[in-house]
Amino acid sequence: MNTKGKVFKYPDNVDTDVIIPARYLNTPDAKELALHCMEDIDTEFVGKVQAGDVMVAGWNFGCGSSREHAPLVIKTCGTGCVIAKSFARIFYRNAINIGLPILECEAAAEEIQADDIVEVNFDTGIITDITTGKRYQAQPFPPFIQTIIQCGGLLNSLKEGENHG
Amino acid sequence: MGMTMTQKILAAHAGLDKVEAGQLINANLDIVLGNDITTPVAINEFKKAGFTSVFDRDRVAIVLDHFVPNKDIKAAEQSKTCREFSCSHCISHFYDVGKMGIEHALLPEQGVVTAGDCIIGADSHTCTYGALGAFSTGVGSTDMAAGMATGMAWFKVPSAIKIHLTGKLPSNCSGKDVILTIIGMIGVDGALYKSMEFTGEGAHGLSMDDRLCICNMAIEAGAKNGIFPVDDVTMAYLKGRSEREGVVFEADADAEYERTIEIDLSQIVPTVACPHLPENTHPASELHGIKVDQVVIGSCTNGRMEDMEAAYTILKGKKIADGLRCIIIPGTMQILRACVERGWYTAFIDAGAVVSTPTCGPCLGGYMGILAAGEKCLATTNRNFVGRMGHVESEVYLASPHTAAATALTGYITEYKEGE
Repeated sequence: MNTKGKVFKYPDNVDTDVIIPARYLNTPDAKELALHCMEDIDTEFVGKVQAGDVMVAGWNFGCGSSREHAPLVIKTCGTGCVIAKSFARIFYRNAINIGLPILECEAAAEEIQADDIVEVNFDTGIITDITTGKRYQAQPFPPFIQTIIQCGGLLNSLKEGENHG
Repeated sequence: MGMTMTQKILAAHAGLDKVEAGQLINANLDIVLGNDITTPVAINEFKKAGFTSVFDRDRVAIVLDHFVPNKDIKAAEQSKTCREFSCSHCISHFYDVGKMGIEHALLPEQGVVTAGDCIIGADSHTCTYGALGAFSTGVGSTDMAAGMATGMAWFKVPSAIKIHLTGKLPSNCSGKDVILTIIGMIGVDGALYKSMEFTGEGAHGLSMDDRLCICNMAIEAGAKNGIFPVDDVTMAYLKGRSEREGVVFEADADAEYERTIEIDLSQIVPTVACPHLPENTHPASELHGIKVDQVVIGSCTNGRMEDMEAAYTILKGKKIADGLRCIIIPGTMQILRACVERGWYTAFIDAGAVVSTPTCGPCLGGYMGILAAGEKCLATTNRNFVGRMGHVESEVYLASPHTAAATALTGYITEYKEGE
C-alpha cells in the first residue's frame, strides 16, 4: 500500500473545527461535508487537492472535537495520507477506524515543504520526498492496527471476528 | 510497580489482574454515549456492518443536545434518525427535547454514569465523568457503533500525570480557573494520550461541579481522561442518584506517574484563555482593556447549578452593559427548572440577559449566539479555536462564570471581586 502526491502543509494544533467547521455538521453526508474541508484556514484546499495528495502538519494534528467527520472529509477529498509530528488521540483513533492512513514523523513534518511531491509506503513507513530526494523513516502501524486497516476498518474487523474475543 | 486509578479500572473491565502503560486491551463498557451529531454517523456504520441489535438497551445513552430544538431541516433529520433508532432498539436512556440536557451535565445528574465505570462517548468531552471516579473517554462514531454492537472497545492503556492539589480556592475562582491554569502550564498537548489523575487534600475540598468542570477540559490538554479519587463528596453526590452501585478504585501507593504537577489552589487567580488556543492563558486582571460583544454562560463545562448561582450572585439587581449580549444556558431541564423556582431566571432577564433551554448551541458555533466578523465573546465554554463560535475573524475568550458575569456588567474583560 502506498500513496504519491503533492504536499499541503499546515502548522501545529490544526483542530477539528477548522478541518470541518461545526456549522456544517447538520448532515452526516461525507461528500457534502468534504466541500468544506479546511476552509477556515485554507480556502483553496478543496479546489486544489487531487487523489493521493499528502497533508503534512506539526504537533497535535486533529485536536479538539471527537467528530469522525474530520478524518472522513480529509479522506473523501482524496487525501492519501496525513503526516504530522503528532496526532491528537481521538483523531488518531478515528483515522484508523475509518481507514485514513496517518504517520507520525517529526523530521519529515519539519523538513517537507508545501508543493513537494512525496511518496509514502505504509507497509514500511518510508516517506520519500521526491522533490528533494530525502527519505524519512516513520513507525509503521503496529500489527493490531494493521489488522483493522486490512479488514477495511474497525467494524469489518469485528465482523470477521479477528479483533474481538 | 503498582497501577494508577485509571489502569485499575481498565484492568477490571478487561478481566485482567494487571495492566501496564502501552498495553492494548479489550475492555467491557458500562455506558456507550452519543449525541445528535455523532450518533447518525454511528447508526450508519452500525447498519452498514450488518449489526441488528445493541448489546444492552440500558447501557446505550443517546442525547439530543447539539442542535436541538432543531436549528434547521437537516438538524431535524439527524434528530429523527436518532429518535427512530432509539425507538426501534428500545434504548432506555434516550433524551429528547423536554427531557434532554447537555449530555455531560445530564448523565451524571440522572445517575446514568457512576464510580468505577468504563465509559466511551462519541463526544470529546466524555472525559467529564472522571469526576465521579470513572474511566471515561471520548471516541468517534465508529467506536460508538462498535461499542453499541459488542459492549466492548479496544484501548491502549495510558500512562499518567499526577496533579497534586493542595490548599483552598479563593472565593472568586472555581474549577474553571484551575483547569485553565493547568492547560496554560502544560499546553494543549501536554497530556497527550495520558491520564490526568487529580489527588491531594485540595482535590477533596473541591465541589462535584468543580470536579466535573476540571475533568471536562482534560481533553483540552490532549488527555485520554481526567479522574478524581472517590471520597465523601462523590458518595454524597451519587447517593439517591446512581442507577447502579458504584465501585471504588484507588491508585496503588507505588503507581507510576510520568510526572507530578503541584498546584496550590490558594494561589489560583481568575484566568482567561485568549484566542485561539485554550493554552493561551492570562490572569483576567491583565486583560482589562479588552471590549467584549457577547458573554455566554453555559455549556458542558459550566452549565451546572454552581455556575448558575455564580451568575445570579453577580448579576442580580444589576444591568448588563450597553451594547453587550449576555446569553445564559442552564445545562439541563432540572437546572433550568431550579433557576425558575429560585427566581434566578427572572433576575437574569431583569439584568438584560437572555436565557435559553439547554443546548450546546453557541459553544461549537452551531446556533443561538453566532458571532460576526471582528466580534469578541467571553464564554464559559471549552474551546476558542479559529471560527469556533462563528465567523473566522471572530474571537472567543474562555473563562469562569464569575469572570463572565463580571464582564457582562462592564462590557470589558473583568475580574470578579466580592463586594464590588
